[in-house]
Amino acid sequence: MAEPKTKYDRQLRIWGEQGQAALEKASICLLNCGPTGSETLKNLVLGGVGSITIVDGSKVEFGDLGNNFMVDDSSLGQSKAKCVCSFLQELNDAVKAKFIEEYPEALIDTNPSFFSQFTLVVATQLVEESMVKLDRICRQENVMLIFARSYGLTGLVRISVKEHTVIESKPDHFLDDLRLNNPWPELRGFAEAIDLNVQDPVAHKHIPYVVILVKMADEWKTSHGGTLPSTREQKREFKELLKARMAAMDEDNYKEAIDASFKLFAPQGIIAALKEFIANEGGGEVPLEGSIPDMTSSTEHYVNLQKIYQAKSEADYLVLEERVRNILKKIGRDPHSIPKATIKSFSKNARKLKVCRYRSIEDEYNNPSPAELQKYLTDEDYSIAVGFYILLRAVDRYAANFNHFPGQFVGGLDEDISRLKTTAVSLLNDLGCSGLTLTEDLINEMCRFGAAELHAVAAIIGGIASQEVIKLITKQFVPMTGTFAFNAIDHKSQLLNLC
Amino acid sequence: MADAAPPSKSRDLDKLLLRPGNLVGPTFDPGVQLRDDLQEYARVLVVGAGGLGCELLKDLALSGFKNLEVIDMDRIEVTNLNRQFLFRLEDVGKPKAEVAAKRVMERVSGVNIVPHFCRIEDKDIEFYNDFNIIALGLDSIEARSYINAVACSFLEYDSDDNPREETMKPMVDGGTEGFKGHARVIVPGVTPCFECTIWLFPPQVKFPLCTLAETPRNAAHCIEYAHLIKWDEVHSGQAFDPDNPDHMKWVYDEAVKRAELFGIPGVTYSLTQGVVKNIIPAIASTNAIISAACTLETLKIASGCSKTLSNYLTYNGVEGLHTKVTEFVKDKDCLVCGPGILIELDTAVTLKKFIDMLEEDPKVLMTKASITYHGKNLYMQAPPVLEEMTRSNLELPLYDLMDKTPKDVLHATGTINKDDKKSSGLRKLRVVFKGIDGVTDMDMAGGA
Repeated sequence: MAEPKTKYDRQLRIWGEQGQAALEKASICLLNCGPTGSETLKNLVLGGVGSITIVDGSKVEFGDLGNNFMVDDSSLGQSKAKCVCSFLQELNDAVKAKFIEEYPEALIDTNPSFFSQFTLVVATQLVEESMVKLDRICRQENVMLIFARSYGLTGLVRISVKEHTVIESKPDHFLDDLRLNNPWPELRGFAEAIDLNVQDPVAHKHIPYVVILVKMADEWKTSHGGTLPSTREQKREFKELLKARMAAMDEDNYKEAIDASFKLFAPQGIIAALKEFIANEGGGEVPLEGSIPDMTSSTEHYVNLQKIYQAKSEADYLVLEERVRNILKKIGRDPHSIPKATIKSFSKNARKLKVCRYRSIEDEYNNPSPAELQKYLTDEDYSIAVGFYILLRAVDRYAANFNHFPGQFVGGLDEDISRLKTTAVSLLNDLGCSGLTLTEDLINEMCRFGAAELHAVAAIIGGIASQEVIKLITKQFVPMTGTFAFNAIDHKSQLLNLC
Repeated sequence: MADAAPPSKSRDLDKLLLRPGNLVGPTFDPGVQLRDDLQEYARVLVVGAGGLGCELLKDLALSGFKNLEVIDMDRIEVTNLNRQFLFRLEDVGKPKAEVAAKRVMERVSGVNIVPHFCRIEDKDIEFYNDFNIIALGLDSIEARSYINAVACSFLEYDSDDNPREETMKPMVDGGTEGFKGHARVIVPGVTPCFECTIWLFPPQVKFPLCTLAETPRNAAHCIEYAHLIKWDEVHSGQAFDPDNPDHMKWVYDEAVKRAELFGIPGVTYSLTQGVVKNIIPAIASTNAIISAACTLETLKIASGCSKTLSNYLTYNGVEGLHTKVTEFVKDKDCLVCGPGILIELDTAVTLKKFIDMLEEDPKVLMTKASITYHGKNLYMQAPPVLEEMTRSNLELPLYDLMDKTPKDVLHATGTINKDDKKSSGLRKLRVVFKGIDGVTDMDMAGGA
């Protein structure tokens, strides 16, 4: 076997060894292994999830050979779950792969406790009724759940978890935590020891901008009654002041100071969960993150500055840890039940913590948001995506009445179209949007799709689902909130804020 | 009552290809014929058999295409296996294109995939003209630029400078980095080409050498010092090879020493590799999403079964999920997809003189140019056999070599020197001979 570190190198650079360890501990259950489910699992097996269990009661038919890469001609007539499972196993022998030849709907009805053994369930191609039931079970058992569905040139992805918390949200663009407007004594002391008017030009152009901004902010405060620049005019004036201090035009550190001066003006966020720290030692701030961006500087200044930020960050963490242990003791829990590493990571990421909550499917369906839906339906960028969202629910109602999806079979298309139209009108009525209609073109299109599961659409839906699964399991990055309504016609897909 | 369809592998695709709709492309002509033509006649080239290429081949094979070819110069490495799902551990070291083609043909019966284990520049231009659509699964700007120039070189303009539809060579292009990616459609003459929007790919930021030499501040500075400065000092003449583990280890050890000297934390072997090889993190899911989006667009272009992406899709899954479609516009003065660079010549100018002129022409700036005229080699710099065969043309007037045609299009391939950077490139040249009847002022006004 290859050294796993090498095999996973390109992803370890994204979620690190901690993220990888979480993946390798996870057990995933897949319901239905058509192309949508198979493609979702393919991406997770390649990444090295701990185990997969495939639930599908169907046999491989001719049509499956044309849309699913995990079956081949020799699979015809065999259990689809078995064939897909054996091919997926080939992709990564570190993954424990098994299958159960049974229809998910039957399992949901007869053996709900089955699902409690998993970290996460990926439910593909389920209709509304089964989605609601499964969601209830998974919420009860505290199992994460994600729905994925491909349908012609549309589809959806929807996460359902009571609450998901993220410590390492790793945002792309985030304001550096430099405390320029509120330096602690060590940082202030460091800045004071450096002379901005130093004569040596080399020394002058290697003063880090953090020092320049801390000192210039102080200077500004003394001449402005203790306040920082706040109006646009004052901010401009402050930048002029910085410019005037440049000893030569090529001083990158002063240019950086001017560019970074907004960091001085930006308000700092407050996280409620850290109330005590903020109210006491924090002096109104969350624990310091401790890293600084690269900036023009001499090596000595930079390394020393970095040490000051790191020392403060470490000190903040130790105080926070102490408080956590005390609180745990007070509420009668083992003071060491939260590991050091978790508290440290929490402390460093205090400004980036995220909480995602998801409504239950039942609640989303029983208590629709007509105002949101109406807004989407009348917005050109959203109308197709939200139209598909409504039609995906309409086809389930249709199927419950007529035992097949509109356009599923050859012939009878006109009748199916008019029936779907009627179904859509009554659904819109139930959603509190009785005045609105869907276009004929879109309803025709939905019937044309005839519940087809196209491979390329399934690969997109499955790709998105697997990416969200990784975020949920590693507890890194921020998973999507809302329902992703896929629109492959012009790719104006939308995340609908309905859950 | 509706009937069940007879068993067919095309069960799901048939819904899209056999039934009429209103949200479709202007050329859509649904029916069995369309499906069969797609299988029989549509030829798609996949450029790159890596993370995107593997997905593209699988997706195309399951989207009604039966005639595929794939070109890639790389061999399989262990670090590919977390996403390039057509490869197994025992395939490490084998050519990607060959293994990928074989695996897809094994799984999807009836599909034919021809692999090409070579550089994209090794194929002559006509090779690329043989395909209806080119799908790009690349990770380099230079390679995209090259294929784009080749595809755009086929584009012809009529006498009113309108692009001729039958000469358009559509491309779909994908790219990913971590949780982010893009998919785009390029129809030369209609949408912007890769070169029209080259600003979307800003050049990689390099550390100033004085920072590396004098004021290193972080681990990457120490690594680049060892890689770019110290290596040459110690190994005079021996080139650094990023794929040689001994070389990499040497750079790592030197970087550690330098970091210790300056009290800088964070130098690891993994980071050393990342910095030196400029490794872009890559995962299966993003590649799957982007490749499938490209495949859908390929299917739409070939069949008209739905509207097309117009013309650039971005996907970002870092914070929640964001997708966005942007309609970029053509650069009307684009040297690559425009009507061609206009060059006026005297009828007496020899091919050799012409090649020399291309080095100086500010719009061309090409050295070592090889020249083709309607697929015919006028002069080839390489291989030596061809060079020898075409050498005698150098002293002949270009006008004669072009069969005394007053104005026409030539293709030049060679090294383009732009902004102090050399790259392989292709330029379309619109040559007009002075003082020949039939050349009017109108033609000249078109410009390049």
